[in-house]
Order: sequence, then structure tokens, then C-alpha cells
Amino acid sequence: MSALSAASGPFRRTRSARTTRRPSAALVVAASAVALIALVPPVYLVARVSEAPADAANAILARSTLDLTVRTLAFAAAVTAIATAIALPIAWLTERTDLPGRRLLAILAAAPLAVPTYVGAMVAISTFGPGGLLADLLGRDLPFAIYGFWGATTVLAIFTYPYVLLSVRPAVIALDPRLEDASRGFGYGRWTTFRRVILPQLRPALSSGGLIVTLYALADFGAPALMRFDSFTRVIFIRYESTFDRTGAAALASVLAMLALVVVALEVWTRGRRRYDAIRATGAAEAPPIRLGRWRWPALAFVGSVLSVALVLPATVLGYWLIRGLAAGEAVGGLWDATRDTLLGAGLAAAVTAAAALPVALLAVRHPRSAITRPIEVLAYTGYALPGLVVALALVFAGINMGPLYQSLAMLILAYLLLFLPLAIGATRVSLLQVRPSLEEAARGLGRSRWNVLRTVTAPLASRGILAGAALVFLTTIKELPATLILAPIGFDSLAVRVWSASSEAFFAKAALPALMLLLLSSVPLAILEITGRRR
Amino acid sequence: MSARPERPGVPNEAGQLALRAMGLRASFDDTDAVADLTLEVHQGELLAILGPSGCGKTTSLRLIAGFEAPTAGSLELAGTVVADDRRFVPPERRGVGMVFQDYALFPHMTVLENVEYGLRGRDDKRALAIEALATTGLSALGDRRVHELSGGEQQRVALARALAPRPTLLLLDEPFSNLDLALRGQVRQELHDIVRETGITTVLVTHDQEEALSIADRVAFMARGRIVQVGAPEEIYLHPRTLDVAEFIGDANVFYVDVADRTVRTPLGSFDAGPARRRAAVVIRPEDIQLSEVGTPATVIQREYYGHDQVLHVRFENGSAEDGPFEEGDTVRVRLSSRERLDPGQRVALRLPEPPLVLDATDHEPAAGG
Repeated sequence: MSALSAASGPFRRTRSARTTRRPSAALVVAASAVALIALVPPVYLVARVSEAPADAANAILARSTLDLTVRTLAFAAAVTAIATAIALPIAWLTERTDLPGRRLLAILAAAPLAVPTYVGAMVAISTFGPGGLLADLLGRDLPFAIYGFWGATTVLAIFTYPYVLLSVRPAVIALDPRLEDASRGFGYGRWTTFRRVILPQLRPALSSGGLIVTLYALADFGAPALMRFDSFTRVIFIRYESTFDRTGAAALASVLAMLALVVVALEVWTRGRRRYDAIRATGAAEAPPIRLGRWRWPALAFVGSVLSVALVLPATVLGYWLIRGLAAGEAVGGLWDATRDTLLGAGLAAAVTAAAALPVALLAVRHPRSAITRPIEVLAYTGYALPGLVVALALVFAGINMGPLYQSLAMLILAYLLLFLPLAIGATRVSLLQVRPSLEEAARGLGRSRWNVLRTVTAPLASRGILAGAALVFLTTIKELPATLILAPIGFDSLAVRVWSASSEAFFAKAALPALMLLLLSSVPLAILEITGRRR
Repeated sequence: MSARPERPGVPNEAGQLALRAMGLRASFDDTDAVADLTLEVHQGELLAILGPSGCGKTTSLRLIAGFEAPTAGSLELAGTVVADDRRFVPPERRGVGMVFQDYALFPHMTVLENVEYGLRGRDDKRALAIEALATTGLSALGDRRVHELSGGEQQRVALARALAPRPTLLLLDEPFSNLDLALRGQVRQELHDIVRETGITTVLVTHDQEEALSIADRVAFMARGRIVQVGAPEEIYLHPRTLDVAEFIGDANVFYVDVADRTVRTPLGSFDAGPARRRAAVVIRPEDIQLSEVGTPATVIQREYYGHDQVLHVRFENGSAEDGPFEEGDTVRVRLSSRERLDPGQRVALRLPEPPLVLDATDHEPAAGG
């Protein structure tokens, strides 16, 4: 022991490492506040259920609830299966083969994302339903019923397959053709190669895309309601709206929330046990496109028919109803109010959510190993799992205790914040990862406080991601239906609600104009996202 | 194991220390990045912390700047305690300028805006920034964006930005590592001149011995989280206290030999064992060996020609060494002027005019010091 280390003896007691690597109190407070807000829906749901435990238990344990659970899970599973069956071939055909026009088709194939599922349902009903366009043309009703399980499943699958497509496409591009060659070299046929070599590589991407669709199907309210399929959301809504059975609605909402959480947990659990994505070969060779040969035209017909149903049909049908409505003197006036309110709601939601996402993303990126980071992230992501209807009901229960907040615009914005926070966090996080920590340290060293550094260095440099997150929230908010339907304050007019209420009463001509306006508004943030994504 | 840095006589005016670190420690997850940083830097001095990568030198710099807080120890800047077990002054209130290894220039600002960033709230902000740009020879580049500059220019912007607020202490983290070799010497000289001109106390961190030896007033050698030796460049080079220092700084032939009668025997002669007890490491610089008429006979086996000089690999002839064979083989490297042409196979005689450095190697632990 040297003289000097002995001299440093008095300082030797362990002191917790007080480094700038530790998050500042302000950051922890801000991020925790966001996480606490995310706790509001589950807490109030539980509180509401425990107010009348006997009634709630009856509602949960009823035979009809079990049927409902099985029916909804079957619905979600069928939607996911069909969406995957549509998305996987399109991803492969447009990225790996010599399909004619594949560049354009690849872009168009993601576009149905802009069509809300309730608009899709309205198009389906007004085309194929009793008294719809086809029935008009043929002079009699179609031989099959559009309503019910298969109708709802088909509509939802057609308008949600882009989630699987967007998730699986990068994985298809990254497929190492040498692995396929190796497999064929061992004498395995195409099918065995696909099953044993390709599919395992795509599985992580397929399962995360599939998870999004499964959650979407569990949570979607508009399409099942219009297609008259009794999924959880429709049953909960009817209980709440028509019979004022709030305890029953809360109980069923809790069950639905649990289902969604179990699905998320299942995905996290299986992902944790798989390691395929970790062993991607470096320097994957640029693969020559696979020649489709005589399968070219059938393949093109497949992609073409998907796009016809998902894009051309909605545009044509909405256009038809618009003209017919205008010809019949359908009023245009109210449209502006609804557009203004929709923009106001989405704009506020985008701004508030982007601001709330920043501290959580900062904490996750700059202090990933801090003990507080993980729980805050998990809480902030609960909105990802909770259906909009569930969050909206929970806020109604909460709002009753909140005086002036109840039935205010703030309440609606809060619902949007809770639902779409994960979107903004994800985008912000990506851009924060690209801001080198040394830039922030340099700024501190030049005499600026943490807050000042955030304002003058970090936020400007991450602005692209923050903006992309805001655009994503904006896009999603415009289309949001159940929370808007339940929480919109009196006098707040929204395009989504207009489409829904007109469609549910089969006033298709009345629904066409707001629906088209909705599509138009969604394409603006989509374009922003596309542009910011390209410039990177 | 001893870590007893020297405190040589104050080279400049006897007075205030610019920096005084006492037993600073920084631990992350129970491992010490810096185990014991004890160091004094005098006003106006240019001190280089030199050491292999991972020795804790960058963390030391971050401790001084305030980007890390010490787990133990105390730190004074210009006589004021900025970190100990009670206080922690955040980086923005330490008045320390830092040039980062990656320069950390703000990409969303112009050169001038970068330099002005540290001058917020000053009335003469623009004037000071322009002056700093002039000092670093960047007057013409104020309106440029950072990405339009060359590596050398970026480094000077970083320097101008750090100097503009007139800090009391300038910290440089591996300032030349991102420059290509051809540029390094020139930039090094420029930086040296600028720092000298402003008279600012400077601590530079590097793993490049040439850098440290050529521009520093004093060099602090760091290994395994501790300062092992502090001294003038000549002192560090000529009198390394441990084998760590000897082997890292400059080229060295090392013979491990047993001590007998307070004497060590090598192919180049027997020498006083000095502090060594049972085992000794005899350190012989290649340039200290001379060709001579009388000396130990040997054969050239390989020649590395460098233009300004050459390095010969020379094997002692069987039986020529007094006590061969030696543990590290019986070859040595000899650095000579390149004028003499010596080819493999040629026979030479070697001698050592000055006694070599002898360090204790009783535990055969290269780091074992006195």
C-alpha cells in the first residue's frame, strides 16, 4: 500500500457514482410523469370493476363472456393469418422476383394503410351488402351475406396486411441468397428450402408484424361494428352506450385488456427465445431477381387483385357515392367544421404526444441501464396494447372524478396521447440514437445547462425524428374512431365520427365526402413521413 | 505496487496550481476505470497523460471536465475544490475548455455559431468569436458549415470553440488521432504554437508517445488506472521507473536475468544491479548500442531500412555472451544511422558505452516497481 493511497483513505468510502451518465432529476420527473399518466387507464378500470365486485364477477364469468373471448380470438387469428397470406407473397414478389412493375407495386402495396378499416367496411357493405351497388346492378341480392365473422375478417385483413408487409419487407430484402443456394446444394427442393431455410429467417419479422395485426383486430371497433360481428369491442360499446351497464362494460374491457396484454407478453416471450435475427450474415450478396417464368402473369394477377380490392375499389365506390350524394343535394357545409375539428384534435395530439415522448426517449437512449428506465418504458408502452375503446372507457370513469376535465377536449387529447405515445417514442428514439453524446457534453463544457443543451443541441439535431413521430401520431389520430366517439366534447365534430354514424345508418352518400376528406388528410402526413424517411 | 508520482520542482513561477487531483477514482459497475488519479498541473504548463488504450486516461480527462463524478478523491481547479465527497461542480460551471476526440462540432450551426456557442450572454460575443477564429487561422471560414471542412480545419474549429470563452484549463482528448499521418505533424506544431501563445494551462491525453514527448512540458504515464510516473519527456524516456513505462515509451531490448553479487550479466557486459534484488530486467535502447572494433561479436540476421535510420536484428555468436543463452533469446535490435550498409550475414562487434537501465523483476511482473 503506497503512501498516497493511504492518504486518500478518508475519501475511500463508497459513494454512488454521481456521473452525468445518471439521468437528471428533471428528466426522471418528466419521464415518470408521462409513465404515471399511462397508468391512469388500467388503474381506473380496476377501480371501476372493484366498485361492484359481484356484478363484475358475474359479467366476467358469464358463459357469454367465454363465447365472446373464443369468438374474438378466432377473429384475430383469422385476420392475422389472412393478412400474412397476403403480405408475405407480395413482399417476396416485389422484392425478390422479376415481377413486372414491381417497384411501383411495392409502393402501392403499402398504401391501403391510409384507409381506415371502418371506411373499408363501409365500402364493402355499400358494394356487396343487401341493397348495395352490386345488388342494384344485378337487380337482386347477392347469394352470400356480407355481415358477420367472415365479412369482418376479410375487410380487416385487406386493410391491415400492410402492417405485416412493412415489417417483413426489410427481412425479405436482407435474406442471404447464399443460404438458399446452400440448401438447394444439399439437394433440398424449393418447398423444403422455403420451409426450413427462408421461413425461419423471416419469422421474427412475421411475428412482430403479425402481433400488430392481432392487436389491431382485438382493438378495432369500426369494422366489426359496421360488419355486425360481435367482437369484444362491439359488445362492450353496446353495453356502455345502449344499456348503460357501465360495470359490465368495465368488466369486459378489463378482460379485453388482459387478452391484449397476454398477446404482447406471448410475443415478447417467444422473441426472447429466438435468435435467428442475430446471425444475419454480413455482406449478403446482391441477389439477382428470381425469374418467375410462366408464373409471372398469375403472380401479377394476385398482386393486382389485392390492390384492386384494397385501393381501386374504395376510391371508385367513394367517388360514386360522392357524385350520387352531390347530385341528390347532400350538404357540403358541415364538412368544414368536421375538418377543422379533426385537424385541431390531431394537431394537438401530435404536439402533446411528441413533447411527452421526448423525455421517455431521452431516458431510454441516454440512460438505458438506469434502474428507472425499464419500468418507465414498459408503462409508456401500455397504450400499444390497450384498445382505444378500453382507454376511452377508463378515461370516462376517471373523468367523472376530474370535474372540468370530464367531456373536455383535454380529455380527448389525453386519450390520443395514451394510445399513440409508443409511435412517437419509437421515432424520436431512432433520431436521438444518431446524436452523439459528445455533442451534448461539448455544449455542457461550453457553459450551458442540461436544459439549455436539450433546447439548443439535442432537440434541433433530433428534430427529424421528433417530426416523424408527430406526423405518425397525426396520421393515426385523424383515423381514430372509438376514443373520439366516446370522448369528443359536445360541439366537437370529427370526420371519423361522421363517416361512422352515416355508415352505420347506411347513408353512404353522406359518408362519402368525409371519408374522402379523411383519405386526403392522411396522405399529407404520409408524404411527410415518406420525405423525412428518404432524406436520411 | 507503488504509485508515487514525482513532484519535481515547479518549472514555472512558484505559485498556484492549475489542477490538483488527489486519489480520484471512477468506478463503473464495480470496476475501476480510474483507480487513483493523483496529479498536479502547474499554471501555464502543457501536460500530456500518456498510456495504452484502456488505461483510464480518457476517463481521467472526463473527471477533470466534470462529465464523470469521482467515486472517491478530490479535485481542485485553480485552488477551488470542484469535486470531493461533498461537492460536485457541474461541467458548465468549471470554466474548462475541452476538445473532443471526434471534435463534437454542432452540425446544425456554422463555424462562427459553433465558436459563439460558449459565449452566450457576453456583450462582446461576436468580437471574441472572431478573435478566436483569427487565433486559429480560421477567419475566412466563419460562414461555413461544419461538414464542409477538412479534418484539420474541424479540429481547429473545436480548438477555437474551446478557447473562445477563455477557460482556465484546456483539455484535449486524443487531438490528433482522427487526422491522417501526413497532417499530424503539422497540426501538432500549430496546436502547440496556439497553446503557447495563449499561455493556457493544457492537459492532453494521448496513446502516442511521439505526440506526448514532442509537445509536452511534462508527461504523466498512466497504466491500469493509475499515474505511474510524471516527469519531463527526457526523464520519462531516459529514466523510466517501471518496465511498463520503459516498454511503452520508445523501443527497448529487455533481458530478464538473475542477480548475482549485485551484478547483472548480459551479452553486452555486466552491470551494477542497482535496485534489483533477485531478478532484474535490463532495458537497452536500440540506439544506445554501438558498433565498435572491440565488443561482443555478433551476426546481422535482418535489416529494416527506414531512410533516416535503420534497425538491425543481430544475433550473438555462440559462446560470445558471458552467460548465454538469455531468456529473451540472444538477439538484439540495434538502431544505427542509415549511412552504413550492413547486410544479413555480416559479422559485427557490439558494445554499450553507457550502463543500461536495470529494473527489479523479482516477481517477473513487468509492472513491479521500486
